[in-house]
Amino acid sequence: MKTLGRHPILVFFLVFLAFPWVVPYKSLATQVLIYGLLALGFNLLYGYTGLLSFGAAAYWGLGAYGAGLTLAKLKLASLWAALGMGLCAATVGGTVIGFFCLRRRGIYFAMLTLAFAQLLYFVGFHLADVTGGDDGLRGITVPPLVLPGLTIPLDTSITFYYFTLALVVLAVAGLTRILDSPFGALLQAIRENSDRAAACGYDINRVKLLSFVFSSLFMGLAGALDALRLTVVPIESLHWSTSGQVVIMTLLGGAGTFFGPFVGAAAYLVLEDRISVFTESWPLVIGAIFMTFVLFLPKGIWGTLLARLNASRAPGRVS
Amino acid sequence: MFDISLPALAAQVFTGLVLGGIFVLLAIGLSLIFGLMTVVNFSHGALYMLGAYLGFMLLGLTGSFWAALVLAPLLVGAFGLVIERFLIRPLYGRSPDDPLLLTFGLSLVLVEVARLIWGKIGLTLDPPKALDGAVNLGFTAFPLYRLFVIAVTIVVLIALWLFLEKTNVGLIIRAGSRDPLMVRALGFDVGRIWFLVFGIGTALAGLAGILAGPMRGAYAEMGVTIIIESFVVVVVGGMGSLLGAIVSGLLIGQVVSLTTFFAPKLAEIMVFVTMAVVLLVRPSGLFGEAGLME
Repeated sequence: MKTLGRHPILVFFLVFLAFPWVVPYKSLATQVLIYGLLALGFNLLYGYTGLLSFGAAAYWGLGAYGAGLTLAKLKLASLWAALGMGLCAATVGGTVIGFFCLRRRGIYFAMLTLAFAQLLYFVGFHLADVTGGDDGLRGITVPPLVLPGLTIPLDTSITFYYFTLALVVLAVAGLTRILDSPFGALLQAIRENSDRAAACGYDINRVKLLSFVFSSLFMGLAGALDALRLTVVPIESLHWSTSGQVVIMTLLGGAGTFFGPFVGAAAYLVLEDRISVFTESWPLVIGAIFMTFVLFLPKGIWGTLLARLNASRAPGRVS
Repeated sequence: MFDISLPALAAQVFTGLVLGGIFVLLAIGLSLIFGLMTVVNFSHGALYMLGAYLGFMLLGLTGSFWAALVLAPLLVGAFGLVIERFLIRPLYGRSPDDPLLLTFGLSLVLVEVARLIWGKIGLTLDPPKALDGAVNLGFTAFPLYRLFVIAVTIVVLIALWLFLEKTNVGLIIRAGSRDPLMVRALGFDVGRIWFLVFGIGTALAGLAGILAGPMRGAYAEMGVTIIIESFVVVVVGGMGSLLGAIVSGLLIGQVVSLTTFFAPKLAEIMVFVTMAVVLLVRPSGLFGEAGLME
């Protein structure tokens, strides 16, 4: 138990290795992983840097369209090219939008990220020749995974799940590396008191922009993976309701905790899957649950659990 | 280049003025609430929608558009008071992000409740008989109801201005937005002022909703897009600045309306482009003070 606690990424890997056999069907497991990754990227910005973005849809959508267009329009039948293009699109978008949004602090930031994401939504909507507009981007075929000396077709939901898991574990390891670095400590210093961090001589705007770009990188990877999962990019991926979804997932799980986003994504998606059987009014249910969490459980499921556990033992670094 | 007919252009400017009026009413409510309480009310769009639906319901119950026009904003305002008392108040002293998150959840709930009560298909609201038809403005015929919307907006703005500038309560509200601690130290109950201002702000959203109803109909998602455009108006005008909200609301109204005239596809996009340009030139908005309430 103790050794496992010291290797949280290993635990994460083992849990998700078995995860597809716990949930009702395999593609739901993939969805949890991908949305968890999206929430992970969002959490870097909100949970660790203290910047509430309502524009996650922008980077998720850029990642999805970047990957989707590579496969469907450029006809480049390479998985790595598709993922690379998705990452590039999200990173460039994140840099430009981040530059604008970080001109204002505090609550303005949330409104600006929302506005810029909505700008991209309308651009995607009206550029129907390229993006497919309202019908979504169709004609995506998932190429096989080509590794040195190895070609694996990703045509079953379980192979695609484990391919996603491999990338998500890499991303999780990458984020651990970022958060454990001096840069990661600086992010949390900015969250706690940005004036003090500035007074210590740090160029906090640059640090925030970097955090914004890193965050869009993770969210873009998630979007690109989702384009491969669905083999279509719906225009809704750029809509602000996607951003709202991520906010809800992260807060359900626990903002500012490392694995909270995955817990939140799992809770959200499994609940949605179960409740949609009984009622069409899923937004009503999740809206009410979300309000309850904001009012009474602001630490989220995972955060509250950790707080209970930590009451008895010293806190670990990655939690 | 363009085949422009002046009367058509003038009519479009008037349409923009009407749209601007709706933006102004929404943005002033948002800005008032924000300026005083640093609360961004994400459910403002949902309350706008509620205003239109309640107007529809009251029109059916009373048979009078005028009664609905007065009662619907009052009901929405009363609902706003309930929201402040039971949902926003517990969050004072926490991060300013928390009320934003909470009202976001609330807006999801309200939109879904509206779908359950009034159905998924939009409803049409008929303007009253007295405001049916069009007026000849000399260059073009313009729907009378739309002129009425402009008139109501102006009257409400004047009333709000008089209230804020000429009454004691208004004085306390203005003082409270500058320095709530000092107002409290002087012995005023800031909590009661916040309560009142939240009610006024949400009532303005309700008014915007019922005014927009006869032009755009009532549907559950009607507040979803306009709330984001209202955010843009507030950001462009300068957060917390009422004059800024007015000028910027009218500006964005014209941007939407004139772009619709020349290049319909770009209308929504231009709103955000305007915002980006203003942010580049004046990061704190047209009338905002740098560093205020950040």
